[in-house]
Amino acid sequence: MLKNLYYEFKEFLRQFGALQIFFLRLLKNSPRVLFRRFGLVVQQVYNAGALSLVIIMVCGVFVGGVLGLQGYANLARFNAADSVGAFTAFALLKELGPVITALLFAGRAGTALASEIGLMKATDQLAAMEMMAINPIRRVFVPRFLGGAISMPLLAAVFSAVGLFGAHIVAVNLLGVDSGAFWQQMQAGLDPSDVYEGIVKSVVFGIVASLIAVWEGYNAIPTAEGVGRATTRTVVITAICVLILDFMITAVAI
Amino acid sequence: MNDSADKVDNIIEIRDLCYSRGQKEIFKNLDIDIARGKITAIMGPSGTGKTTLLWLITRQLVPDRGRILVDGKDIATMNQAELYRLRQRMGMLFQNGALLTDYSVFENVAFPLREHTKLPNRLIRHVVLTKLHAVGLRGAADMMPGELSGGMARRVALARAMVMDPEILIYDEPFVGLDPISMGVIVRLVRKMNDALNITSIIVSHDVQEVATVADCSYLISDGHVVASGTPDDLQNTTSDLVRQFMHGMADGPVAFHYSAPDYAEQLLGRDTE
Repeated sequence: MLKNLYYEFKEFLRQFGALQIFFLRLLKNSPRVLFRRFGLVVQQVYNAGALSLVIIMVCGVFVGGVLGLQGYANLARFNAADSVGAFTAFALLKELGPVITALLFAGRAGTALASEIGLMKATDQLAAMEMMAINPIRRVFVPRFLGGAISMPLLAAVFSAVGLFGAHIVAVNLLGVDSGAFWQQMQAGLDPSDVYEGIVKSVVFGIVASLIAVWEGYNAIPTAEGVGRATTRTVVITAICVLILDFMITAVAI
Repeated sequence: MNDSADKVDNIIEIRDLCYSRGQKEIFKNLDIDIARGKITAIMGPSGTGKTTLLWLITRQLVPDRGRILVDGKDIATMNQAELYRLRQRMGMLFQNGALLTDYSVFENVAFPLREHTKLPNRLIRHVVLTKLHAVGLRGAADMMPGELSGGMARRVALARAMVMDPEILIYDEPFVGLDPISMGVIVRLVRKMNDALNITSIIVSHDVQEVATVADCSYLISDGHVVASGTPDDLQNTTSDLVRQFMHGMADGPVAFHYSAPDYAEQLLGRDTE
């Protein structure tokens, strides 16, 4: 039992080390891809970002709407219903925007990346590229990693903006909070540092979510079952990492 | 043949190659010479690691021991840039084609050209259509790999392997799953390319008949080492039991058809031990 635990732990460390080396290889090749093959990155920003827009916006409206409802109901007890604008802005910009976007991103774009790369591996496409003297790290992995890492903060920004819009509809248009008060309280209550915190989070989550997706695809066992498992692991591991990192960044920021 | 003549003649030399996967020893002291400008066939029962050998030759796998020399240079000592330069001189046809599923047939064949050269689009179009015409699939240029049959995908992959005009062409089971017509065409194409362009071809296959019609020299691998080599005729007329069994497809002989198992009657009639 103890011995098993020891091997499991050793295996975890080995994997973690391999992941870091993989990450360094991605970073090392990133500038070259960014400058010489920017078209490939744009293509992946489209795949990971633009194609995720609908799900991000729909979720954003409803999350914002819920915040508007809850914020109004609870703040009204303290006669502070006007602060619902500041409340939703805090919640969205600092926490829910980056975190929920990262989770949705893992489900929509991360799984697509992992299964795409896993299938390319299973069907020898990566080996074929190697044989054509084309480096799959540069041609396949780096563009996908960069595409995801660039899209994620943008998606988080869209999520927060749409969320505020949803909260505005609920609080102002439905529940009758004064529109001027809604925006004024938000402006007065929010510091630039609050926005920075959200930006830092979304950038970190973007890097982590894309790295995990690409890594899981790269590491997938090249069978139908292996690719399926890699896809599942992508979502699970990203969710865990994002929530842990969220706690850590928040603890440092406060 | 003396040593210096060897060096001129052979484009690839494999010496003392050992490779194991886990506990299983796949190659034990394997020695193979591949002559420049000739068609060399590597044959053997399935599971002998023929495909693994191709992966070792192209350094997608690294041997445990032994050397693989291409043009007299040990590929284990090459850095990535040198290795990629070498691979540009090689074309490989994968067993399943390994076409890029996101791109059309045309773009698949154009892919190496677009990545490695700065040729104008018109010229790329010209080259790609020529190669597709050679494999009889010029009409399928706009199709996606998913729409192709297995045999067609293999022919597209062959066009892609040829598109950079390589010096060495490596075929992994090129004849599996082809209908007799395309098989005949491909066999002739392999032969013709070899003669006209002086390409060195390596064919891994267990289609004895087809290989016999094209190969200049064959190696028969079993149990991790070469058991016989020579021209296809030599192998056909051999006295060795193992070679005869393989070349004539007989069930009885040194190579067991059945994977090792307990006694048949005992297993059928005996009580379940579980």
